[in-house]
Amino acid sequence: MNEIQITGGLLLAGILFTLGLVGVLIRRNIIFMLVCVEIMLNAAGLAFIVAGSKWAQPDGQVMFIFILTMAAAEVSVGLALILQIHHQLKTLDGDAANTMKG
Amino acid sequence: MNIWLIPALPLLGAFILIVAGSGLPRRVATIIGSGSVGLAALVTLIVGYNFISTGATSVDFIAWQWIDVADFSPAIAYHLDALSLVFIFVITFVGFLIHVYSAEFMAEDEGCTRFFAYLNLFVCSMLTLVLADNLVLLYLGWEGVGLCSYLLIGFWYTDEKNGYAARKAFIVTRVGDTALAIGLFMLFQNFNTLNIQEIATQATQQWTVGSETAMIISLLLLGGAVGKSAQLPLQTWLPDAMAGPSPVSALIHAATMVTAGVYLIARTHVIFEMAPGALLIVGIIGAVTLTIAGFTALTQHDLKRVLAYSTISQIGYMFLALGVSAWSAAIFHFMIHAFFKALLFLAAGAVIMALHHEHDMYKMGGLRKKLPAIYWTFLIGASSLAALPLVTGGFYSKDQILWLSLAGENGNIWFFLFALLGAFITSIYTFRMLFLTFFGEEKTHVGHAPGRGMTIPLLVLAGLSTLGGFIELPHSFGHFTIFSNFLSPVLPSVAVQEDFENIEWIVQLVAAGVALSGVYVAYVFYIVKPGLSEELKMSAADLHKFFFNGWGFDALYDKLFVRPFVFISNINKKDIADKLYDGLVMLANWFNRILAYTQSGVLRWYIMGIVIGGILLLTLGLIKS
Repeated sequence: MNEIQITGGLLLAGILFTLGLVGVLIRRNIIFMLVCVEIMLNAAGLAFIVAGSKWAQPDGQVMFIFILTMAAAEVSVGLALILQIHHQLKTLDGDAANTMKG
Repeated sequence: MNIWLIPALPLLGAFILIVAGSGLPRRVATIIGSGSVGLAALVTLIVGYNFISTGATSVDFIAWQWIDVADFSPAIAYHLDALSLVFIFVITFVGFLIHVYSAEFMAEDEGCTRFFAYLNLFVCSMLTLVLADNLVLLYLGWEGVGLCSYLLIGFWYTDEKNGYAARKAFIVTRVGDTALAIGLFMLFQNFNTLNIQEIATQATQQWTVGSETAMIISLLLLGGAVGKSAQLPLQTWLPDAMAGPSPVSALIHAATMVTAGVYLIARTHVIFEMAPGALLIVGIIGAVTLTIAGFTALTQHDLKRVLAYSTISQIGYMFLALGVSAWSAAIFHFMIHAFFKALLFLAAGAVIMALHHEHDMYKMGGLRKKLPAIYWTFLIGASSLAALPLVTGGFYSKDQILWLSLAGENGNIWFFLFALLGAFITSIYTFRMLFLTFFGEEKTHVGHAPGRGMTIPLLVLAGLSTLGGFIELPHSFGHFTIFSNFLSPVLPSVAVQEDFENIEWIVQLVAAGVALSGVYVAYVFYIVKPGLSEELKMSAADLHKFFFNGWGFDALYDKLFVRPFVFISNINKKDIADKLYDGLVMLANWFNRILAYTQSGVLRWYIMGIVIGGILLLTLGLIKS
């Protein structure tokens, strides 16, 4: 019974992660890419929660809180960057921001 | 007894001169340079006095462990016995006199400090060579003299020709050094040690006389000796080495470098005695070399080149003596030769300097009156070289070799005949040199005469080369053998074949007659009828040219080694071995280009990269587990 729950949870996390990844790879709009990254982060968080519940350890939930905090920080920085890109390039196309090659 | 001081003092001198070099006033540099060798000579006297008065057969001094790897543990250690004492005596004393002479000779030269630094290092290397108690340390000294000879021969390096001469000396002796190194490896493989005394004891126990290993090792050691001592077939470097300043020639020829080969064979005589075949080859090399070099010396025009060929020929005598196991006779001749050859070179240097760097004997002449001090000392040196009977040191040392080459247990009539022929030629070319330089009419104006700093060493050396002979008198008169008695704990004396015991005086008479008739021939050719030698030269022009060019050895080596080498290196201008490294460079460039493409600035490509990498890593992890 427990086994199935874990498999299901991890499967869900995997599907979500893949969806997010595919989204990051195929979308050109930077806002969508950011959203997809959020999905991937959440998928990872879910995997942690499932693992934590499997071994009855609080670490998984602690990790999730970490991820949540990090995601918040990431979104704020990410949105700031998007605003800057929009301001500079007048577009939200991620590929257009390839002038920064170094 | 502070044996270590003897090589350490010149080393210290060299060190100071190299480090403080340009900052020192010329006078101070000269004093440090000659003073350090002078002090070493003083220490040698004290050490020698203690050594003789205590009656010890050998003294060892271990400074420190040099290398310690598995069984291989040579030390920086000195071994003093009668043989090395004779050598360090000659090296420090003759070296000191040469230093004193150089102080005036080089006074005007730009690189005076550099010159003394090299000289000191040279003396130090040679002392290390003869005092070493193991063959590794000996090899260090051996290479040291090679390096210093290179530096000194090319001392006036602004002239391209001198640089070539220096390189030639370095490369040709390297051929011998390689043989020596292989010999050392083989010795170590056989005995697991390179300590000379241990090798000597083990060789007599493990080998039988005439064993193949002994033969091979002896020949390899001989190869080294032949290279350094400029014997056949590696003699070609020595005449060209005259490019260096005259004191350098004196040092190389008299006290260091070329005598190293003689020392090496005497030092390892136990090995050679295990291989009679190799000893015979040593004798043959000596006999042939002394004749060839003698004939070449007969035809040279350059004063210093005559002396160079004469050294090759006299070292040939030493090799001949070694070849017939007359060890102490070889060392005796070495010592006397050091005195008179240093004298001759220094006198020649003084002549050349007085004539504004004129080397050609045919442009000299009439110097007897202008440079009397040089003339008289040169005459004494030349008489000693020509072995004029009774009054010269050279007579006693050379007579011993002549006698033992015939009557010694390994002697034979052919060695004797070669030696006799050599003696005849020697006295001809020696007095040819003397007559051309000092007699006849003056052809070049004499500049300033050499001062006291150059004359005093000449006088001392003249004294030594005369009196030095009297410490060993033949059986037929006096039978006074202090020198060979002194050496007898190290070098076994040679037995005389019974058939010859009563005819020693005949041999001496013949030798004396040959030497005197040589002088007479030279007198007839160059004083009485000066035109005669020209006629002879014309009638045998080809032969003269052949002799003049040193029997074509240079041309032969040029055809055999130099040209093919240049040819191959021309083909292989773009070194084939470099292709491998060029390939590596190209590969790195190619990767660089590919990786540069990936840096497109398109964010999604980067993420793709990360994803692919992540998948690869995960797959690897899965496969491994």
